[in-house]
Amino acid sequence: MDAQNTIVINGNELPFTPGETILQVAQRNSIPIPTLCHLKNATPTGQCRICVVEVKGARSLVASCAAPAAKGMVVLTESPKVIEARRLVLQLMLSSGNHNCAVRVSDDQEWSRFQLDVNQYDQSNELCPVWGDCELQHLAYQYQVSAERFPRTDVPYPMEDINPFIVRDFSRCIKCGRCVQACNDVQVNNAISFGYRGTDTKIIAAEDKPLKNSECVFCGECVQACPVGALVEKNARYRVRPWETKQVRTTCSYCGVGCQLNLHVKEGKVVKVTGVEDVAPNYGSLCVKGRFGFDFINSEERLTTPLIKEDGEFRKASWEEALSLTAEKLGAIKQTDGPDAIGVLTSARVSNEDNYVANKFARAVLKTNNIDHCARL
Amino acid sequence: MTNTIGDLEEADVILITGSNTSENHPVISSYIKRAVKFNGTQLIVVDPRRIKMTTFASHWLRQNLGTDVAWINGLMHVIIQEELHDKAFIDSRTKGFEELKAMVEKFTPEYVEEITGIPAQQLIDAARLYAGAKNAAIVYCMGITQHISGTDNVKSLANLAMLTGNLGNAGGGVNPLRGQNNVQGACDMGGLPNVFSGYQPVTSDAVIQKMEAAWGVTGLSNKVGLKVTEMIPKALEGELKALYIIGENPLVSDADLNHVVKGIDNLDFLVVQDIFMTETARAADVVLPSACFAEKDGTFSNTERRIQRVRKAVDSPGEARDDWWITTQIAKRMGVDMDYENAEAIMAEIAQVTPSYGGITYDRIDFEGLHWPCPTADHPGTPILHKGQFPIGRGNFHAIDFTPPAESTDEEYPLYLTTGRVIYHYHTGTMTRKSEGLNERVPENFVEISSKDAKAFGVSDGDTIEISSRRGKISAVAKVCTTAVSGTVFIPFHFAESAVNMLTSAALDPVSGIPEYKVCAVKLAAAQ
Ligand code: SF4
Ligand code: SF4
Ligand code: SF4
Repeated sequence: MDAQNTIVINGNELPFTPGETILQVAQRNSIPIPTLCHLKNATPTGQCRICVVEVKGARSLVASCAAPAAKGMVVLTESPKVIEARRLVLQLMLSSGNHNCAVRVSDDQEWSRFQLDVNQYDQSNELCPVWGDCELQHLAYQYQVSAERFPRTDVPYPMEDINPFIVRDFSRCIKCGRCVQACNDVQVNNAISFGYRGTDTKIIAAEDKPLKNSECVFCGECVQACPVGALVEKNARYRVRPWETKQVRTTCSYCGVGCQLNLHVKEGKVVKVTGVEDVAPNYGSLCVKGRFGFDFINSEERLTTPLIKEDGEFRKASWEEALSLTAEKLGAIKQTDGPDAIGVLTSARVSNEDNYVANKFARAVLKTNNIDHCARL
Repeated sequence: MTNTIGDLEEADVILITGSNTSENHPVISSYIKRAVKFNGTQLIVVDPRRIKMTTFASHWLRQNLGTDVAWINGLMHVIIQEELHDKAFIDSRTKGFEELKAMVEKFTPEYVEEITGIPAQQLIDAARLYAGAKNAAIVYCMGITQHISGTDNVKSLANLAMLTGNLGNAGGGVNPLRGQNNVQGACDMGGLPNVFSGYQPVTSDAVIQKMEAAWGVTGLSNKVGLKVTEMIPKALEGELKALYIIGENPLVSDADLNHVVKGIDNLDFLVVQDIFMTETARAADVVLPSACFAEKDGTFSNTERRIQRVRKAVDSPGEARDDWWITTQIAKRMGVDMDYENAEAIMAEIAQVTPSYGGITYDRIDFEGLHWPCPTADHPGTPILHKGQFPIGRGNFHAIDFTPPAESTDEEYPLYLTTGRVIYHYHTGTMTRKSEGLNERVPENFVEISSKDAKAFGVSDGDTIEISSRRGKISAVAKVCTTAVSGTVFIPFHFAESAVNMLTSAALDPVSGIPEYKVCAVKLAAAQ
């Protein structure tokens, strides 16, 4: 280890490689520093000021996501000054818009008025759709702040839910910019950006058009990146709370990229899909099909029993009957016309294990090499 | 792919051809777009349509349909002429360079312009850019393979990569993008008429002996079987009597559908195993309900040869069962015991008989998949192929001449038609068209047409028009847009009720058996 390149964080001397930020060194050593605007693998913007830390000798607090580690630096991540600064940032965020979760402690009357207001905006009488699954709420709890400190300000922009996939709720947006980076720097779809100024700031698509009339391709990268309830999957909103689901990791069944995804399962049904972070090939990214194209799993039109055609009509059959009939027919044709009178089309859709068994079936059972799949098509 | 997806971000130059990457492989397109935006990677797109990726490209070359060998030979002509080829690589790792050189001699930029319509200077610029890069990657897809000259096109791209030493290097390589999730796996697992799993040829006595011993059977056939495109004509002739179709929908996806319908009708027995009552299942004598990906354990192999886990999340509906289970049950009733406890037990057998999968176990790929070849339990997998040497020793240059596409336009059929997909749908639409959201985005079939052609044929945006070829006709809604280039229209193939493959030609690549979906001649008329 090069003794020159170390910094001290909370009393621990830690090595770093030049170019690493204070945040990166801390994260690598499991020292938690909260972040909101920070999006992994994107250039830090220092927008939200939640990740500030105290650096000995510096005149003011520094944003750890953007400040490079320098040799001999002495850093405190949770000093009284730091905590005060973070509380202020959180209080400001909570005072703007509809953060109607448990952190808005207030006297009963004010709460009732607020909640009724929000309910009207939301067209729902529940708490925020991501209640319990929100990074802002989590930090508010950690730093024990509420929204009382500042007077509440309203957000003038109505909710946008006229596309099939994503609900944009500007009243809960903290203008952290993660979605803008997700869209422009990760997926590079260049659909959304910061619009207007100051307190009117809004995340806009094109010249403030609905997403569906913009360059947006509904990859949902922005939804996965949003730390709060401002961008939520339409099909999961209010319907899926994380504690009601279990997640199963699997591989997307559409194209050959093989994105890793988590299927969120509630009551035996897949209700939501997210990309698996930190692992190849997609590192959390998905496209519209992988993220939103799962309705077919629960479709009413799924085949549920074997069927046999009689006089041009299908009738239900038992497995025993259908399998025996198939074996009998294939066996008879093999007997009279030879193995090469039978062909097998296996599938680029099913698993390796399924394909291997189909290949063995054609070759070892039917004794023909007439096996192919439609993938070349 | 010879290289990995992540590797694309290492490339100095990327050449995309015949791949509408942002629509069909969106997540891969992001790697490429990031490389352009953040790493200064230069992008060359060669495509007959003004696809989205052209907006990220420094060079867009617009070739006439079906003229790929000509422009690739043209690039090589310029590269050799200007001595930009990698002589050390050619000397130490390849053979056949002199023949290649002689062949591309006549493909001067002017001659290539005549055939392809690509202005000579653009070709020269692209050649210099590609050959001048330290690491240049080629990315291609069905726009290259779905031609009668598809195999030639693929070999030509390999020539180009070898000529510039772009094989075995990070950020280089020749990278086909696989359309369906497990095309790679279906091929790897012996879903092909000429090879067992791991591409072990059925014509080799040693392989036959090995497989007979492993499977405990005798009498395996050493005769190469029929390709799917040969099965249909054989069915029509009455030589093929039965088909067992697993999870495919040839009654929408095959070229020249009328022909396919007749072939299927002529079978004595058709059994279809699927998750939905597809057009093909409707024609079956027996339909067997299977489990979908969310309901099963197993593996898929992605386009970069990475073997990844699939895990059961929910139960399958009703009596639907795993595909492998159904197949083994038929086998059992035909007197062959093929019992497996679960999918993992099948993978154990795959590893045993398939050298390139020899080191794969579910434990090893639990967190992150491995790239085959992975022959042994301690082998780390092979992210980049052909590092240091080719499996066959020296890489072969193939001297290939240009052959025009099977069909050309004439007075009666004055427009070219090419086919493909859109981002919101997948293949024959059996899955995506069941999703309300995806359907809402693109609810019906359309034909993309340039404003110039629209004017010439009296078509307005939103009109329902009839498109016919020498084989059939369909109707679709006109979409006048800038993606289409005059003279060529585009129709996606997701829509059974207006199946574009009624129109496409069944002319086949003589080697791969892939039909020429990407070129046929059509005419337009107002719908009746
Ligand atoms: S869904 Fe994708 S394309 Fe649309 S705004 Fe979000 S990140 Fe951008
Ligand atoms: S929508 Fe979400 S991610 Fe985007 S700026 Fe607002 S809070 Fe941040
Ligand atoms: S999420 Fe999209 S890009 Fe990824 S594998 Fe699925 S279909 Fe392909």
